[in-house]
Amino acid sequence: MSLRAAVAVRRGDLHLDLDLEVADGEVLAVLGPNGAGKSTLLRVLAGLLPPDDGTVVVDGVTWDGDGVHLPAHRRSLGMVFQDALLFPHLTVADNVGFGLRTRGSSRAEARAAAAAWLDRVGLAGLGPRRPTALSGGQAQRAALARALVGDPALLLLDEPLSALDARTRLAVRAELRRHLAEFGGSAVLVTHDPVDALALAGRVAVVEDGRVVQAGTPDEIARRPRTDYVARLVGLSLLPGTAVGRSVRLDGGATVAAAEDAAGPVFAAIRPESVALYVHRPEGSPRNVWRERVAGATPHGATVRCELDGEVPLVADVTATAFAELGLAPGAEVWATVKASEVAVYAR
Amino acid sequence: MSRRRDGARVPAPLLVPAALGVLFLALPLVGLLVRTPWSQLGRQLAAPGVGEALRLSLVSATLATVLSLVLGVPLAWVLARSRARGRSVLRALVTVPLVLPPVVGGVALFLVLGRQGIVGSWLDDLGITIPFTTAAVVIAETFVAMPFLVISVEGALRAADTRFEDVAATLGAGRWTTFRRVTLPLVAPGVAAGAVLCWARALGEFGATITFAGNFPGTTQTMPLAVYLALQRDPDAAIVLSVLLLAVSLATLLLLRDRWLGRAAV
Repeated sequence: MSLRAAVAVRRGDLHLDLDLEVADGEVLAVLGPNGAGKSTLLRVLAGLLPPDDGTVVVDGVTWDGDGVHLPAHRRSLGMVFQDALLFPHLTVADNVGFGLRTRGSSRAEARAAAAAWLDRVGLAGLGPRRPTALSGGQAQRAALARALVGDPALLLLDEPLSALDARTRLAVRAELRRHLAEFGGSAVLVTHDPVDALALAGRVAVVEDGRVVQAGTPDEIARRPRTDYVARLVGLSLLPGTAVGRSVRLDGGATVAAAEDAAGPVFAAIRPESVALYVHRPEGSPRNVWRERVAGATPHGATVRCELDGEVPLVADVTATAFAELGLAPGAEVWATVKASEVAVYAR
Repeated sequence: MSRRRDGARVPAPLLVPAALGVLFLALPLVGLLVRTPWSQLGRQLAAPGVGEALRLSLVSATLATVLSLVLGVPLAWVLARSRARGRSVLRALVTVPLVLPPVVGGVALFLVLGRQGIVGSWLDDLGITIPFTTAAVVIAETFVAMPFLVISVEGALRAADTRFEDVAATLGAGRWTTFRRVTLPLVAPGVAAGAVLCWARALGEFGATITFAGNFPGTTQTMPLAVYLALQRDPDAAIVLSVLLLAVSLATLLLLRDRWLGRAAV
């Protein structure tokens, strides 16, 4: 095990008590609602916040515990924050090379490494620019390069995609996935977005009120949610298929249109709230229209979660009012539509 | 454009006092310029002692600003960032020279650094005498002007996004490296603005200087002292010196505003 952490933090209402283990080369997603203590956990792992109790051990070295508190700058880690947080007074290349300079590399070495990493994240040639001249996606790629340039033992990602617009998020997510696969150390990704967790991590720990309520592979979590929160969170329909360009041919035979290019075996993931239901075939030409049958319906507060059977098995959330107006009931025949931009596609 | 004008419409109860305020601030300057004996300008400026006083003023105000930067920026950091107890007391102490009559400041400095003073007598044993020297001018100006810098830099530090300091720490930067390579560049506009304020205050210093440093042409007679002295015997000379001081202050402000203060305002 490369990262072993048992961490307790008491701060006002927040009582954080988490046990984590992440192997070399593994990505653990910590998934949970805002205020669950996810970011606090990352701050503890980074050494920015001493835990009230517990241990953090990386590659056999105690970072926290037994009276030890290694400050952040002495830890071999890289961290990517939600808002990129590139230093505004430095060029992009100097941002990426910053960690090497503080750890004693010469200016020339840092420049060369920064240029190589900018190339790897697809920002070749943008090194001399100021961070303000980058788009949100470019800034987050540069922030990733900055975190990885020192080849850290531990990579921490704090909601790295949530500040990006939907379209950019798809592209950066795909790239992040590739870099995480190449990363040799342990990685901890904190997110409130189940798609990020399922797409990027090999293992998911769901955190609620400062505790892990469920842990397992994305598949296990999605199949057997153990709390209502997890169930709602991963109500995603995961559709295995094969991507060609912007369409995914599902293993079941149907085709799903997506907004991004992909190739090879993939999952197409659709959120329940992205599915719209109609009694009659909708006008216009939405690219994803399927004939479905309502197989089950469960009320969830003001919405009703409908399980749909058909050529594309889906889960749809509709308001209780719409549910009544559409005359939905188990057995009813409906049309379901999903915008291509609402379909997340990621490699299997 | 028209929307902006609507939004900027000023209610009369505010407009009248505001206009009076502008008049109050601008009229004395206008009066100064109106009364300036422009024809004698060259002769007055060439008078003996004027160049010396101006040079002394610029040099001592600049030295006072440098000293304030060296001591004041770290002090501002402590006030803004450290969680040590007694910070409110410390801040009050720093603010005292802002409200203290400068003459009182001069007397206080004299009591500490004078030849019979607590520190001064000890310095005297080492053969160092401070009162009535150019060093005394710089010390008096620093005492009065440094709080302006400290307050300005502390404000900038509080407004700065501390998450950048977290980022630097995760990239292996210790606290000192973080301060030098991240914090200081981020608050540079605030430091520059504070330094300009500090310099302007030091340039105009009168009370503490005359009390602690005296009024010796060439070593301690700065422009404000020269102006005051000239007013007693030759009002025209005083006006010319005042206009010169005004011109130097404004020129500095305009020069620096484009380079730094504009960014600070953003």
